[in-house]
Amino acid sequence: MAKITFDGIEVEVEDGTTILQAARKIGGHVVPPAMCFYTPLKGSGGKCRVCLVKVTQGSTKDPRPMPKLVASCITQVQDGMVVENTTNEDVLNARKGIVEMLLINHPLDCPICDQAGECDLQDLSYEHGVSGQRFEEERRTFNKVDLGPYIQLHMTRCILCYRCVYTADQITDNRVHGVLGRGDAAEIGTYIENVIDNDFSGNVIDVCPVGALTDKTWRFKNRVWFTKPMDAHRDCPTCSGKVTLWTRGEEVLRVTARKDQYGEVEEFICNTCRFDKKEVKDWTIEGPRNIDRNSVISANHYELPVVNVPIVPNLPTSTKKNLPQE
Amino acid sequence: MGLKILTEHINVPGIETLEVYRKHGGYKSVEKALKTMSPEEVVEEVKTSGLRGRGGAGFPTGMKWSFLAKPEGIPRYLVCNADESEPGTFKDRWFMEHNPHALVEGMITSSYALGANKSYIYIRGELLFVLRILEKAIAEAYAAGLLGKNILGSGYDLDLHVAPGGGAYICGEETALLESLEGKRGNPRNKPPFPAVKGLFQSPTVVNNVETIASVPWIVNNTGAEYAKIGIGRSTGTKLISASGNINKPGVYEIELGVPVEEFIYSDQYCGGIWKGKQLKAVVPGGSSVPILPTNLILKTAAGEDRLMSYESLSDGGFVSGSMLGSGAFIVFDEDQCIVRNTWNYARFYHHESCGQCSPCREGTGWMEKVLHRIEYGHGHQQDIDLLVSVAKQIEGNTICPLGDAAAWPVAAAIRHFREEFEWHIKHPQEATAPGAVYRGQLAEVTA
Repeated sequence: MAKITFDGIEVEVEDGTTILQAARKIGGHVVPPAMCFYTPLKGSGGKCRVCLVKVTQGSTKDPRPMPKLVASCITQVQDGMVVENTTNEDVLNARKGIVEMLLINHPLDCPICDQAGECDLQDLSYEHGVSGQRFEEERRTFNKVDLGPYIQLHMTRCILCYRCVYTADQITDNRVHGVLGRGDAAEIGTYIENVIDNDFSGNVIDVCPVGALTDKTWRFKNRVWFTKPMDAHRDCPTCSGKVTLWTRGEEVLRVTARKDQYGEVEEFICNTCRFDKKEVKDWTIEGPRNIDRNSVISANHYELPVVNVPIVPNLPTSTKKNLPQE
Repeated sequence: MGLKILTEHINVPGIETLEVYRKHGGYKSVEKALKTMSPEEVVEEVKTSGLRGRGGAGFPTGMKWSFLAKPEGIPRYLVCNADESEPGTFKDRWFMEHNPHALVEGMITSSYALGANKSYIYIRGELLFVLRILEKAIAEAYAAGLLGKNILGSGYDLDLHVAPGGGAYICGEETALLESLEGKRGNPRNKPPFPAVKGLFQSPTVVNNVETIASVPWIVNNTGAEYAKIGIGRSTGTKLISASGNINKPGVYEIELGVPVEEFIYSDQYCGGIWKGKQLKAVVPGGSSVPILPTNLILKTAAGEDRLMSYESLSDGGFVSGSMLGSGAFIVFDEDQCIVRNTWNYARFYHHESCGQCSPCREGTGWMEKVLHRIEYGHGHQQDIDLLVSVAKQIEGNTICPLGDAAAWPVAAAIRHFREEFEWHIKHPQEATAPGAVYRGQLAEVTA
């Protein structure tokens, strides 16, 4: 066991745990964001650099600080380590800089993006980004690519987190998905637009932190925040069958795996569950799913009691009387 | 001319053949090491010699070797980094081309010291003709019993392979090199674990530059203590310098570390002065990734001492008024060269060569290139200079591998020392974009 101090909070974790996992054990606002790290995927992490933290004391044995900011998702804890995240200005500045970098080539087409409302990059930008724009050059763009009948790749939105590459590598049995090119011209792709054809290929949509990989059976059907997430299950011969249904009225608009508060799936689901079972009668509904994340879906959560607060408190009295009275 | 260690016999006709090479004392270190010394003794000699990595970082080689993990039952590897692609550096190519056996000899002696039974030379893809020269030399060494099973009857086995890369600059970074050597995409790995613990095929590995490895035979033959006497302070030995730019005699020079920079530029022994007797404007002393220095700071340090060609002296003053020896690519600019254009050119290189794995480098290198391109072609704004400084700062230190730093340093340094020239480009776009136009104002004096 190793005892570390994270933002002044002491926590004890197993040896070999990463700093990020230790921070998640504490939970709350001290947890560094992570765009590329994904617990179920081996080898992921270290790429997006938004989880950078400052290690001010390496360990009890060797108390020297680490010279550079380190990626918390891949750095293992040592006993007696002292880590600063939200309490260190360098870390916050570096993170702000990296969020800016992630956004310069991102199209910011949130109004027409299916991921809007549950997008990790959106959340990150709200929290750490700057509202101004210093990048005035032309953004790089790519053509949209169809990866088979169910998945569309919109490479322009991609932040190259490599999560889908690891998913295709580790969850499916044939490797047909990878990164082509290098630098800012690098793109996720399949060899000569080969179709990704595998029972579990749909999971690349769930792991994508942005709207680069989207579900064609759901594209442009609705906005995420208008749909109701419901936990449901069915007897599935290939996967666990435990999913979240996103419904509007009686209609099942899309099916995804169940994700925790960090956007990580609990169990990967198969393509039949995801793309073919779009009727309420296919499923046994367990109840509403609580989305425990900082995004518009939970901000407007339907199961929370509506607290009656004046929406616009500082309006002149003449206008105020038109508003519903308390 | 000073002492020659690496290039003593390089101009002998036929030195690339085993016969001539042996006639000039070649492979003596193999005999000495394998027959009379234990591997630990060889490592100890290299440690005493104070030999430092010649690829750019200047890390003490003996110390790197002693960090190598030695678990039972797991093979160890020595990999020679011959993926020389830093703009301005051409010493390794020239050296391997003319004296391939010196590298092969170094590989055998070093592999013995590290206990590696399989070693690789990872060579840049564009240098295919050098690869053929090396393969010929290796075949000769196999035929003479210097490679293969039971070398010279000592019971030590070594197989040496040459592997070509695909020509990506990033594969010169040691972990990207190992990925590429394993047959994967050349993306740098996250560290730790370091290659000394988990390197090639997850086994302990040492990666060394060509010049570093080629220096080992001399150290074994003449002892490390002798080697430590050459050079100055902690910069021991000799170094190959690839001198290029506006000088009378560009080429590869072997110097004893500690030669004054002024002597190196102006003496007839070395560069022979500035081309056509023009004024010196700036020098990049260690390859495109190190900070550029204006005349006043390259000849003298900020404290007014003579700047010497050594690791310490060139980095004196940190990044405020110093630079680095790097890989020894000495690029000289005369008064007619445009620093903005040069900086843009470097930025373009790093944009093209960024692997695209981590976000600050992937996005930032492209951003810097585009802004510099705009300034160079007369579309810059006043705030662009501060923007470049800030972007460089956002990249520096936040990336997986040093390529991000290498992209950020030249831009930051050019602005630090030649800010007026950038401002002139922005304020007078018409003049600045005229053919052959160069800023001829006073250089900014930098104080420490």
